[in-house]
Amino acid sequence: MTTVADRPQTTVTTTERSLVLRRPRSTTGVWSWLTTVDHKKIGIMYGSVALLFFVVGGIEALLIRLQLFQANGTVLTAAQYNELFTMHGTTMVFLVGMPMAVAFGNYFVPLMIGARDVAFPRLNAFGLWVVVAGGIFLYSSFLPGVNGVPNGGWFGYTPLTSTPMTAGFLPGHGPDFWTVGLIMMGIGSTTAAINFIVTILNLRAPGMTLMRMPVFVWMMLVVAFLTLFAMPIITVALIMVFTDRQYGATFFQPNFGGDPLLYQHLFWLFGHPEVYILILPGMGIVSETLPVFSRKPLFGYAVVVFSGLAIGFLGWGVWAHHMFATGLGPVAISAFGLSTMLIAIPTGVKIFNWLGTVWKGSVRLTTAMLFSLGFIAMFTIGGLSGVLHSIVPADTQQTDTYFVVAHFHYVLFGGLMLAVFGGMYYWLPKVFGYMLSERLGKINFWTMLIGFNLTFFPMHLVGLWGMPRRTYRYDSGLGWEGINQLETIGAFIITLSVFVFLVNVIASIALKRGKVAGDDPWDGRTLEWSTSSPPPEYNFAEVPDVESRDDFWHRKYTEDDEGHLLPIPSGGAYGKQAPSPNGHGIHMPSPSIYPLVVAAGLLPIGYAAVFQSWIPLVIGVLVLAFGVYAWSIEPGTEEA
Amino acid sequence: MATIEQTTEVGGPPATSGGAPAAGHGPHATATGVTNMKLLMWLFLSSDCLFFGAFIATYLLYRGRADQAGPGPKDLFDIPFTSATSFILLMSSLTMVLALAAIQRGDHRRVRIWILSTALLGATFIAGQVFEFTEFTREGLHVDTSLFGSTFFILTGFHGAHVVVGIIWLLSLWGLSMQQRLPAENAEKVEVAGLYWHFVDVVWIVIFTVIYLVPQPGT
Repeated sequence: MTTVADRPQTTVTTTERSLVLRRPRSTTGVWSWLTTVDHKKIGIMYGSVALLFFVVGGIEALLIRLQLFQANGTVLTAAQYNELFTMHGTTMVFLVGMPMAVAFGNYFVPLMIGARDVAFPRLNAFGLWVVVAGGIFLYSSFLPGVNGVPNGGWFGYTPLTSTPMTAGFLPGHGPDFWTVGLIMMGIGSTTAAINFIVTILNLRAPGMTLMRMPVFVWMMLVVAFLTLFAMPIITVALIMVFTDRQYGATFFQPNFGGDPLLYQHLFWLFGHPEVYILILPGMGIVSETLPVFSRKPLFGYAVVVFSGLAIGFLGWGVWAHHMFATGLGPVAISAFGLSTMLIAIPTGVKIFNWLGTVWKGSVRLTTAMLFSLGFIAMFTIGGLSGVLHSIVPADTQQTDTYFVVAHFHYVLFGGLMLAVFGGMYYWLPKVFGYMLSERLGKINFWTMLIGFNLTFFPMHLVGLWGMPRRTYRYDSGLGWEGINQLETIGAFIITLSVFVFLVNVIASIALKRGKVAGDDPWDGRTLEWSTSSPPPEYNFAEVPDVESRDDFWHRKYTEDDEGHLLPIPSGGAYGKQAPSPNGHGIHMPSPSIYPLVVAAGLLPIGYAAVFQSWIPLVIGVLVLAFGVYAWSIEPGTEEA
Repeated sequence: MATIEQTTEVGGPPATSGGAPAAGHGPHATATGVTNMKLLMWLFLSSDCLFFGAFIATYLLYRGRADQAGPGPKDLFDIPFTSATSFILLMSSLTMVLALAAIQRGDHRRVRIWILSTALLGATFIAGQVFEFTEFTREGLHVDTSLFGSTFFILTGFHGAHVVVGIIWLLSLWGLSMQQRLPAENAEKVEVAGLYWHFVDVVWIVIFTVIYLVPQPGT
């Protein structure tokens, strides 16, 4: 993009004139990854970051389980236990669930809608680097001498977290690292959300109308809107906690008339949509895998899409069901109980649509399919225990017990993570060109299913028996020991399963032992299978012209009079007459270092906020300002 | 964050929705007909609505709670003064519109005049706010004095920060234009900055009404 002077005769390109740093040109090596703006590379990095933090968050969970293995466990101190369950929750929500969904979305949304990249490639890279910066920032609190591992829970309730440090509820910098880190990651997810919406609305290939989009793309669109509107709310709540702590503001201080409940309202007004931000991408993934492995179109496409939208809307009206035990009054709790029950309807509709998709299909029980079916079963169990929480008296009994822990792990692990693993087995062949081993995959699936149920199903029981959450030890003689030991064993079976997955990825992809995937290993239905595996940098040599839903499928198959599938002999190809099949003449956005520079500038600003010190603030602001200005005058695509 | 959106980037090909005639035109044609930059700004502003909305809701919740320490709104507010600075901020929306009209006509001298006036009017408003903050602090209202102090300073402070970002953005555009690097084809850069600027003005109308004009119970 050349910037032209307003006197037409003096055309000046900004390239030589104003860039301080030389334009990055490497296409291989570390530098190419640090400066890439390719949505596929960024997607891979998002996925790797999420997987790394999945392991970290998993280790934290294992330490928790080891502590609870016996009554009066001695593995952890109470303070360490608080830090670990806080960091486990924060990590799994903000550094695993959200980046993982963004990883799949980043890689596949442009491919699925027939685009060559996202609308704002550099902003996309910026979102990734902010999440990385946020992760580094949060985990730097573990460094010796910092005394600041977040320890107020992933929800950070006030006034525990907001009371000024000097008053001594939570001495140390824990809540400061937590609030500032979450605000940083909020910036990243907001930019990612804006990018998704603009990409999905604006960059669809010709003929790709909204109602022809794959359901996964639809779900990412809903998720992006939820993120867009939920993030500013928690940002405000976090700012208020931060100013309470650091500047003695009075927002949540009862002795000044402040209302700690306000924080809970703001947090859950973000927090409940956040639940759908986490689960809807999983629903989108299985809505892609189930039709492919059943060789049937998704049953009731429009209903699935509108159910997703309904969940997105209703998700804003149920937040207070997290607060039934706080004494909101009968009218409020009745209303929120009702709205919570309502949300079960679109969710149930989706479950039946998935079942309808599999029903009478030619089912292939691949690993991806097994994980998807596992998702349906486990998510349904989680959904059912969720409906129980809408019944206020029952919820009041279950609040802060392991029953709640069981519920949300069924939804988020049994739901989101099973779908994510299924998505990996389904899509990694497209990403890297090698199939994952099905034999290891099946071991992976069954150990995970068994380990998962062994860990989390018994939590329903101990929860109903009264075992409280977030309590670092329990007395012997309550009858909880055997069940807790079972749970810990289950957790180690999950660990084994994740280990099998990592071995599978390393052996099949990194060591290239896997079968070569080819363009379309699963007989897929959507556009990403029409291009090579891995796709070229420009995705499609010729932008596909879309004529129907599941367009790629309909180019491969037609139906006879009785509805049997007939392959089309030369079907399945787009762009056979492409003028430039090797991608010559396609201008892709050029790499840029500035997204990384701007994100790096946020890091010292974060430390400046936590430690109230001027030097990092000045450094951070200077780096940030330099990055923003250099970015804004750097053309998005360099002239060839 | 707001200044990052100055860049124009078009990844991928121009797309049009099927069936319907191509909605956009020119090199920036998109499936919706709205350019990527403008859509980005509208989405950012919709998100920012929730940001200010949450702060304003907090202010309303705590407004007029009894037994607050320190000076209250009645002791501090100088309505005519703040009305005057508010009027100045609103006038900057007019000059912003004139700047956009000028660049669309290709009248670059007036573009620079109106952009600079917009920034200066914004800066005048900020000067008023700085004066007001100093005055209130001198009279004993701090962020840690009372609920009123916390909610007032944080809400108006974040609005002021938004105005400052807008001023920096406008001055950057002015600098670009001075260097002959803001041609009429880039009128959208001014338009998008204008969207942000008008939004910040509209938010101030709400804040001014809620904080200054609506009488507080019990004070």
